[in-house]
Amino acid sequence: MMPKTYLAQNRSVLIFIACLALFTLAITLMSEAYGAPLISTSFVKTLGKTLCLCLVALAMDLIWGYAGILSLGHMAFFALGGYMAGMWLMYARTEEIVVQALAQSPLPATAEEITQGIATQIFGVVGSSDFPLIWSFAHSFPLQMAMAVLVPGLLALVFGWLAFRSRVTGVYLSILTQAMTLALSLYLFQNDSGLRGNNGLSGLQNIPGLGDVGQDKLSIWFFWASALALGLGYIALSFVVSGKFGSVIRAIRDDEQRVRFLGYSVEGYKLFLFTLTAIIAALAGVLYYPQAGIINPAELAPIASIYLAVWVAIGGRGRLYGAVIGAAFVSLLSSWFTGGRAPSIPLGFYTVNWVDWWLVLLGGAFVAVTLFAPKGFGGLFDRFSGRRSPDRKGAALGPDDGSLMEKEAEA
Amino acid sequence: MTLLLRTLLVVLLLLPGLARAEGEAAALIEANRALIEKPSRQTIGPFIAELAASGDPMAAQILQAWEGKRLGLRKADGALFILAAEGEGFVLTDLTGKAAGTAAKADITELKPNAGVRGLIATALVQFTLSGPDMAARKAALDSIARDPSADHLGPLRGSIAGEDDAALLAQKQRLERLLTLQFDVDSAARVAAIQGFGTDLGLDVRGALNPLVATKRQALAGELPEGANLARELTIGRDLSRDEAYDLLVGAGLAPARLTLADQRAALAANLKDGAVAGVALAELATQGARDQAYDALEKAGLVPAAATEAEVDAAIKAHRFVDVYAEADPAVTAAAQAALGGIGTKVGAMQAADLALDAISLASIYFLAAIGLAITFGVMRVINMAHGEFIMMGAYTGYVVQLFVPNYTLSILIALPLAFAVTFAAGVAMERLIIRHLYKRPLETLLATFGVSIALQQLAKNIFGTQARPLTAPAWLDGAWVLNDVVSISYIRIAIFVLAMVFLGFFLWLMKRTRLGLQVRAVTQNPGMAASMGINPDRINMLTFGIGSGIAGIAGVAIGLFAKVTSELGNDYIVQSFMTVVVGGVGNIWGTLAGATLIGGLQKVIEWLNPSNTLAAQTYMILFIILFIQFRPRGIIALKGRAAGD
Repeated sequence: MMPKTYLAQNRSVLIFIACLALFTLAITLMSEAYGAPLISTSFVKTLGKTLCLCLVALAMDLIWGYAGILSLGHMAFFALGGYMAGMWLMYARTEEIVVQALAQSPLPATAEEITQGIATQIFGVVGSSDFPLIWSFAHSFPLQMAMAVLVPGLLALVFGWLAFRSRVTGVYLSILTQAMTLALSLYLFQNDSGLRGNNGLSGLQNIPGLGDVGQDKLSIWFFWASALALGLGYIALSFVVSGKFGSVIRAIRDDEQRVRFLGYSVEGYKLFLFTLTAIIAALAGVLYYPQAGIINPAELAPIASIYLAVWVAIGGRGRLYGAVIGAAFVSLLSSWFTGGRAPSIPLGFYTVNWVDWWLVLLGGAFVAVTLFAPKGFGGLFDRFSGRRSPDRKGAALGPDDGSLMEKEAEA
Repeated sequence: MTLLLRTLLVVLLLLPGLARAEGEAAALIEANRALIEKPSRQTIGPFIAELAASGDPMAAQILQAWEGKRLGLRKADGALFILAAEGEGFVLTDLTGKAAGTAAKADITELKPNAGVRGLIATALVQFTLSGPDMAARKAALDSIARDPSADHLGPLRGSIAGEDDAALLAQKQRLERLLTLQFDVDSAARVAAIQGFGTDLGLDVRGALNPLVATKRQALAGELPEGANLARELTIGRDLSRDEAYDLLVGAGLAPARLTLADQRAALAANLKDGAVAGVALAELATQGARDQAYDALEKAGLVPAAATEAEVDAAIKAHRFVDVYAEADPAVTAAAQAALGGIGTKVGAMQAADLALDAISLASIYFLAAIGLAITFGVMRVINMAHGEFIMMGAYTGYVVQLFVPNYTLSILIALPLAFAVTFAAGVAMERLIIRHLYKRPLETLLATFGVSIALQQLAKNIFGTQARPLTAPAWLDGAWVLNDVVSISYIRIAIFVLAMVFLGFFLWLMKRTRLGLQVRAVTQNPGMAASMGINPDRINMLTFGIGSGIAGIAGVAIGLFAKVTSELGNDYIVQSFMTVVVGGVGNIWGTLAGATLIGGLQKVIEWLNPSNTLAAQTYMILFIILFIQFRPRGIIALKGRAAGD
């Protein structure tokens, strides 16, 4: 499938895959379902969700770290993927319940009665009892999974085409993607959006057809699936960024004009990357939300996408393992602090309660990383690998907004 | 009942000419003793009317006492008195108004008319109140009639107009009289005249009185229109109402049998389930609608279930009937006049609504402009993406709240809060510029992320200090209320104040940039910092000051926004994306562009809200979509800088 030289040239991929495999094995052996019950089911779910977040962070690193496009909309694609998967989960699960309830009646139920029953169950909460048009494929798993790829993919394609075509770059593109995210979340907040307004979709942790399989097993299965997806995503993306294609997108990041003058179709490259990363984000969402159990429009608030950029920056942009480490570290630390498990610090006159102060710490840490450690965690690895920054007398790699700074770059 | 009301009306109308002698009331009561002691709603009406019309000055007092359960019989001789409780007994006044000593409680039987009777008395008393000496009471009575008008009030109201000496009240009475006339008068011509008299008056009361006159009821008729029905229009199936609606009307009127609903069908089939089959159709096969219909038909043929209307029968039934809208009001002249009047009013209301919409749009635009003007400096002029701009707005609002904690006088506290908010956010802006932004010039994306870090930290700090619940920032009393042009067009004073503030800031910005040394230096530094520095300008100092001023203006905007929005830690969040949009749509680097952007966004949002009034969320969604498309056609905004000033 891949040329041998590719893996030989990219040792980090092998190391990453090995680490991921070891980690998966270790967690499996410590889980309640398949080993010594050392870690709880809910923690396995947290880890599985974290792997999905690592996957979407990979996508973010590709678009921002490698192509210099600071998209503040990728969490919207992530949530859209989640919504699409959630629609099938909710439909199929409700169908099971409705069929069971109708089996009590003296006559066998007609197909219309079942559909009507499902619609009433799902949309009763927003005062409706009919399926909106966007639920047309929700009854079929393969069709709905195709939607999970197609809807975010098409949205990214159309939006990206409009934006890149009119040469919207840099911060303007960031603001525009943020506006897109805001528009989408405001739209989904409406009750007549067809996706249950601010109630969102719930009960997604119950997988249709697997009613008798306990959550402890399901959580491990999803953990495996997430790990597999992350591994495949890592290999695929590292393949994309290596070779000539990778060189072109890095060049676009640093000096778009020059690449254009050299005859490359900059817009085509950007559009391909934007759509590809949107689809990866959507797939991560498909795996994430069955583990989270619920999705609502708050998930695609603009702030979520900014957090995504924060993870990548803390991990170190422009290197794939950096994105994974950043996402895993910050999101796990975040759930540790906000979960109330971090010990409070009594100062005598005031007690620092981390539930209240975690965001202040995160905000401060983020400013500090941006100012003092542009390489993020990647900088730690450079100490071992011996990678050095070029000597460009303080100049960035190129004139574009997204270009790498001297300190981030590789000599 | 109608007869009774008519009597009452006629009697009351004759009132002024019937000034009878004093003592008339007493005599009347003496003649109707039995009625008074055991009053009933059915029989007492004419008597109350007669009493009210007696012209005796005591009549009002007697009626009031009666209504207030202060009329009593002396047990000893059966004489009637007006009672006033005093200690253990009553002070008595006889029916001609003379004091009649006192009596112990045990000696008196109090008359306690029931609620129905008291209602009749109250109606009769309206006339006395309307002509009474107390102006406040007259006004209250008028207001109460206007709230709940009825035919009974027309007579007393007309009777009271001649004697009214207060000009304002007279006008109010006359207007109310016309409103009652058009609704309740018995003379059709008078009603039409009253309707036409209002012309295209925009008052809600006029529309409130006219609308019931043109209310219609949808009916299905077997034959001709009933006698006296006022036909609004004939309905055509397919255009005015659907086939199903028409049949439902027939069913509702009992003119056709109900159609078989799916639930009824299911119940009927279940009831006829025998040996695992219904009328020969196996139970397992009943999982489709077709099989169920077939089984039901078979049952119908066997006579086991009532016949359901077939499609052909439905069509025949609909064909055999007429469907009409009939006015509830029986007089065609009145309904025609009311329709014409409402049509005229509707046109004028439409125009006024457009004016109101424009005012709303301007006020929303000034809010956006106010929120964005600080950004027009930091982002527009300096090209610094400050995601914490919204948090500076929030800081300004909280400064206002804290000042109000210490200064209870709202006017004074706002006057203190405005400069203080500027000072606080100016300091915060300068600190942020020195500590963070200075190191990230030319790195806009990093600035975006770093200032975002500041933004979440500030938001959480505000949450820790002030809590999550909304804090009040109260406007001074003179900003309460609204400037009301008529019942359609009005604008609250706070919004006018915000508009004025936005204009003041526009002027301030222009003056600062175009007329001051600082403005000149700012423009020089943003265009070419190296050249500016070699001309002796200190770019560091200028950047710091400019950023501080931009942030300070955000603080003042925060005080203004806090006056009408909830002051929470998320206040800034609601404005940050819109503010950036305003600056980008308008055109970066030009204050007129920001103004145009705010006007466009505010106007557009109001228009979309007007098209789809139930849903402000949808309005925002469509507005953002519009902006994304707009950027396609004018990527540099409405007013784009050209040449060197554009910076590329």
